[in-house]
Amino acid sequence: MKGLIAKKLGMSQIFDENGSVIPVTILQAGPCCITQVKTIDNDGYDAVQIAYGDKKEKNTNKPLKGHFKKAGVTPKRFLAEFDIVTGFDYEMGQVFNASIFKQGDLVKVTGASKGRGFSGVMKRHGFAGGPKTHGQREHPRSAGSIGQASDPSRVFKGVKMPGQYGNKKMTVENLKVVKIDTENNHIFVKGAVPGSNNGMVIVNK
Amino acid sequence: MNKLQEAVKDQLRDDLPEFSPGDTLSIGVRVVEGGKERLQIFKGVVISKSGGGVEETFTVRKISGGIGVERIFPLHSPMINSIKVDRKGKVRRAKLHYLRGLTGKATRITEKR
Repeated sequence: MKGLIAKKLGMSQIFDENGSVIPVTILQAGPCCITQVKTIDNDGYDAVQIAYGDKKEKNTNKPLKGHFKKAGVTPKRFLAEFDIVTGFDYEMGQVFNASIFKQGDLVKVTGASKGRGFSGVMKRHGFAGGPKTHGQREHPRSAGSIGQASDPSRVFKGVKMPGQYGNKKMTVENLKVVKIDTENNHIFVKGAVPGSNNGMVIVNK
Repeated sequence: MNKLQEAVKDQLRDDLPEFSPGDTLSIGVRVVEGGKERLQIFKGVVISKSGGGVEETFTVRKISGGIGVERIFPLHSPMINSIKVDRKGKVRRAKLHYLRGLTGKATRITEKR
């Protein structure tokens, strides 16, 4: 298996053998079960779909209920697709957990970043803003100039302006797995991962 | 205890004595030099404690050669070999940062009985 769906529990720290502090993010990785195996003949490409997190049956719609019934598993909250490992025999309902990772692995974590709503240029792009005093009015957080005058008579594409900030798919690569707790399916990765606590992320090897 | 605290529970140490700001401590710090390990004693007054759980730290201040030295230790660090409480101090605040501005006799802290 190349990856798992995980829940971000939050950040903390652990001590290594030299006594130095390592900042870690603790992820609840799995148990995930296979709900669909896609093949070239049937779907046009090879992939494996896994599910994570329980949800109530009454909150599951009929098409999804059928989908989970086919795989022989209880309704799950999250679904994601992963590339297949060639030669591996995938079966419906097969369960994977944190033990697919090992200490020292470098992983890639994908998730939705924290949503900050419609934000101004100071928060969104790190602009300096304007002066606060010396006769200024409505200037402290403004963007300033957005271009030239009658030539070109328009605002160029891609000029940094206020807008939606966050809640966007982000990937952090090369995070080192410093510890694995197979009993609780926790993986400890060094550094930060996108999203808020208790949010869903995808961990890829 | 939430899931996050539970996950790092094995990092916590319970072999160290309790102490609070104002106490004078002797801390045995493990120092690794050139592959060899020895013990260094850092003796001073606890001027603050901060954080909680595995992230808890404390600051110790001493005067070394006329110059104030402060060192921040993670409470659960494996580099701390031992902590000995030499003297319990009677203080009325949690952060004793005012000691930084004082010298000599003024830095005395009355003992708790």
